[in-house]
Amino acid sequence: MNLGTRLGDLAISDSGFVFDPYTGASFTVNATGLHLLRALKDGVIDRAGLLAGLDEAFDVDGADAGRDVDDFLGQLRRYELLPRDFELGASEVTP
Amino acid sequence: MTRRPYERPIIVRHESGLGNKLSRVPALRPQEEIDGVSVEELVKTYGSPLFVFSEQTLVQRQRALADAFAVRWPKVRTAWSYKTNYLDGICRVLHREGAWAEVVSEMELDKALHNGVRPDHIHFNGPFKPESALEKAFRGGTLVHLDNFDELRRAEQVATRLGKRPGVAIRLSVAAEGIPPWTRFGFHLESGQARDAVRRLLAGDKLDLVGLHCHLGTFLLDPAAYREAAGKLAAFAEELRTEHGIRLQFIDIGGGFASHNALKAQYLPAEQATPSFEQYADAVCDGLRALQGPPKELPTLVLETGRAIVDDAGYLITTVHATRRLPDGRRGVVLDAGVNVLFTAWWYRHDVVPTRHLAGIPEPTVLYGPLCMNIDVVRDALPLPPVEAGDRLVLRNVGAYNVTQWMQFITLRPAVVMVGRNGQHGLLRKPETLEALTSWEEVPEWI
Repeated sequence: MNLGTRLGDLAISDSGFVFDPYTGASFTVNATGLHLLRALKDGVIDRAGLLAGLDEAFDVDGADAGRDVDDFLGQLRRYELLPRDFELGASEVTP
Repeated sequence: MTRRPYERPIIVRHESGLGNKLSRVPALRPQEEIDGVSVEELVKTYGSPLFVFSEQTLVQRQRALADAFAVRWPKVRTAWSYKTNYLDGICRVLHREGAWAEVVSEMELDKALHNGVRPDHIHFNGPFKPESALEKAFRGGTLVHLDNFDELRRAEQVATRLGKRPGVAIRLSVAAEGIPPWTRFGFHLESGQARDAVRRLLAGDKLDLVGLHCHLGTFLLDPAAYREAAGKLAAFAEELRTEHGIRLQFIDIGGGFASHNALKAQYLPAEQATPSFEQYADAVCDGLRALQGPPKELPTLVLETGRAIVDDAGYLITTVHATRRLPDGRRGVVLDAGVNVLFTAWWYRHDVVPTRHLAGIPEPTVLYGPLCMNIDVVRDALPLPPVEAGDRLVLRNVGAYNVTQWMQFITLRPAVVMVGRNGQHGLLRKPETLEALTSWEEVPEWI
């Protein structure tokens, strides 16, 4: 699955400010969202990998992280930062 | 490595052009308790959803209203507007504070009597007063406010039958700039109908005209409307005095003062838009200055303020049942309380706060109720950090009309409690049960 250039070219600050150079749109992302964005940019596009990364960095005990990851990807699709047909667990990344 | 606290991942696009110099970031300071009693303790004791009333706020608002007018007019009377909230406990707190009752139906009249209000301490308004209601009112000396010519005639007939000569008021419909006229009630002042009513009442010679009444409208944010209406009432009262020798006992300016809520179409937040009782009092008493005579002979000013007293005292505790992502990107939250119990959600942007600190970025959120009905929307476009099932939300300023206008529909209505001083709390209304609901039903024998 091709992540597309939109996500690959996002300017992401450590404080969670995200800038899309293609549209000029800017976003605020929280710490967990920032973690996921960076993981996706780094080519982690399988569910298990994303969840493992979250679990390593955050105290996810008791939370429904799988649901939350799906929800976050839905938000990225809606903002067209990910292709509409993007699905986790597909093949390699083409940044 | 220490793992950081987890939040639901969120990305929110920045919107421009929506703010202005008066706008502010919505404050979401958690409300963990109500007058010293924890929200969790209340839910544990009475369940969720739950209406909670603060006795302290109720008393403070009532006293603030009375004080604001008492320093500006020689004689002031407050009459509790029963339809705004006629739970016995609420009414009795206000009667304890000296408020008379203002009722608009025979049922409300009976409820005021049930609450121990003297019959001659009740103002009886409304467009529907059957003979039985008029008879009950006249027997006890209740002050009837006549609404139309048919009612005037009916009142004369009842008074004649009882052998009494009751003192009555007439309700006036008055135009004020910027206020949609409520012409369906009372006798129109500007058209001359009010003068016709007075002539008709005097010609009938069965009733004594002792008061004028006017209710301009509801949630009126501009005190100037009251100045204009009070001025017209005062001028009319002077006309009655000079032309007919009538010295009125009271002028009733009705209700309509705004609470600290925000209407859906309202631009400014409530804390900026809602006038104080002092501002309303200034306007009303300015308008009444046209009245002539020594202070002790001036008519009593009657206030039927309901919403502005009880709205601020009411809370609705709800629990998050589920969350969802809507196709337009907004977060949807399903609550255990909907528009069936929160009738005012139709016209207010209710103030909603969590009971714990919500970490994360506020994102546009829609609060839905539990009804399987598309219309069950408690708040739309509320900026709210992520919430989870089981979280409590507190909706504030919900004390007016909801526990009188609510519907038994799809779910049973919840308990209503009052928090008093020193942490005491108790039921004002038990939660409904299926047994209570079905006790009104019958099944014909052929079924």
